[in-house]
Amino acid sequence: MTQRHVDSYEPPVILPSGDQAISVEFAAEISERVNGQVYALADALTASPPAWMNELVPAYRSLLVQYDAFQVDFDVVAAELRERVAAVYPATGARDHRQRTVYELPVAYGGENGPDLEAVASQARLSPEDVVRIHSGVNYRVYMIGFSPGFPYLGGMDERIACPRLATPRTRVPAGSVGIAESQTGVYPNASPGGWQLIGRTPVRLFDQSENPPSVLQPGHYVRFLPVDSDEMSRIEELVAGGEYVIKSTALSA
Amino acid sequence: MSRSVTVINPGALSLIQDSGRQGYQRYGVPVSGAIDPEALLIGNLLVGNGHSAAAIEVMFGGAEFLFSAEAVAAVTGCDLEISLDGTRLSTWQSFVAPAGAVLRLGPPVAGLRAYVTVDGGIDIKPVLGSRSTHVASGIGGLDGRPLAAGDELPLGAPNASSSPGAKFPGQLRKVISNELTVRVVQGPQRSSFTSQGVRSLFSSTYTVTDRSDRQGLRLDGPVIEAVDGRYDIISDAVVSGAVQVPGDGRPIILLADRQTTGGYAKIAVVATVDLPLLAQAVPGTALRFVEITVAEAQQLMRERHASVLSADLTFDLETHRSVIAIDGETREINLDYRRDELRKPGGGAVSVSIEGVRSTVRVEEMPR
Repeated sequence: MTQRHVDSYEPPVILPSGDQAISVEFAAEISERVNGQVYALADALTASPPAWMNELVPAYRSLLVQYDAFQVDFDVVAAELRERVAAVYPATGARDHRQRTVYELPVAYGGENGPDLEAVASQARLSPEDVVRIHSGVNYRVYMIGFSPGFPYLGGMDERIACPRLATPRTRVPAGSVGIAESQTGVYPNASPGGWQLIGRTPVRLFDQSENPPSVLQPGHYVRFLPVDSDEMSRIEELVAGGEYVIKSTALSA
Repeated sequence: MSRSVTVINPGALSLIQDSGRQGYQRYGVPVSGAIDPEALLIGNLLVGNGHSAAAIEVMFGGAEFLFSAEAVAAVTGCDLEISLDGTRLSTWQSFVAPAGAVLRLGPPVAGLRAYVTVDGGIDIKPVLGSRSTHVASGIGGLDGRPLAAGDELPLGAPNASSSPGAKFPGQLRKVISNELTVRVVQGPQRSSFTSQGVRSLFSSTYTVTDRSDRQGLRLDGPVIEAVDGRYDIISDAVVSGAVQVPGDGRPIILLADRQTTGGYAKIAVVATVDLPLLAQAVPGTALRFVEITVAEAQQLMRERHASVLSADLTFDLETHRSVIAIDGETREINLDYRRDELRKPGGGAVSVSIEGVRSTVRVEEMPR
């Protein structure tokens, strides 16, 4: 997942993924540019969906296009996708036209909320305060949502605080936990097993199955973590429990 | 009064499943749904439901359900014995369950999962467009959990087309076996594997391990070698049937409850037509893989679907087998009759054979 080969495919490749889906791969790298191309194609297909299209699943550098193979042959879908790719690549690829919105997530770092903060700091030869300052100092791009419902894969983390996954994953990570794995960071929206090192926890609910869309964060959004103390954490937890908490968001100028 | 089915005993694992939760994978929501979609489809056809109506998926049998009101039901999927109030019934065949009747599923003789379909479908509140249960994320079904004794499952309005006496022809059923040949197409990351690795996949036998579940089948067998030992890829979306190979070189076939994305290279993807076989594969099942083209896989999928949908579900004779004691001696008897004929005013004929000796009995009135 963290390998970074710096090479793009020219043109992007069309790969069958079983008999009912095609994966369009743009490059073998994780970058805002490549991820922007993925969403440019997803947006174009969503804006004028082919009759055979079932579901789109975007990821870091590829778009999975699920199609109705009872209606259409692989060759037809592949040909149409090549045309659609040509229309968005590379012209719009370098530019993500989405509204760049930054969501501010309050995080209580360390202690029982972030049991691995000390370990991350000692691996990075930094103080826990430095790890918090570095982690909360940048806007992270939501590259994709996967692994579990609403789990955002966030890119753009400072390499100084990168750290390996736990050798033995936890059987239960509490909802809202903020973790680090290699040079990625992310938030567990729901309690689940997990192997990322946990440095904090946000009281904000990122996934609600009764809402549509169920995920607050969308790919292409940005996230910034705001360190809060335990009093502020308790106050926000009460607001969240009462359904009164509104996540602060701001538009980034492109 | 609204109709319902009450869970008396859920067995090892009973789950409400329909044809899956489509459209939310981009938010990380797994598709889930019936792991043997064909058995669900046929079960729904037998009771006159829409193709994707929700049913009860029962793993390892051993479950009991009570009908609150008369319903038309069927059991499809694995091979197992079923009975209604103690009378043995055939699977793959619809029947009338009178109010108060108890349906019992015995342990599977072959395969793993049975589907109990009921006319009107299990009518719980859908979550994100589906009633399917995904236990790991607590979504769908009843509060995202497996069924428990005492759960009351509301039924939808019965479909006008539902009638007892529909049977899926035996010759069209998939054969459940513990030695399977599984057809696959080339996976999106085939080039991540060495030629030796690809040869391992297609020339070896892999065994389904007991670390398998609705998320996937973990296989044991020869290591599949990746180029430079690099099994990890930049995470991307995965499909049902994807054969991914993690760092230990042993393949995992992803199934209904898979996560939406994964970080391991996918050497192959199982053809849709063969997914039902995997849903019924018990630990110890031996798998061999053969490769076909995507065009062939699509052709097979369409042909199979067409043959299921166009199958003649009518049948003439219903057979009941039971063992009785005559003068203290146990005898096996077979009762063959046309159920629709018995329901006519004035009754109909039942052919009774006791150990091969046939005679005909006239039934004046069909007990309900």
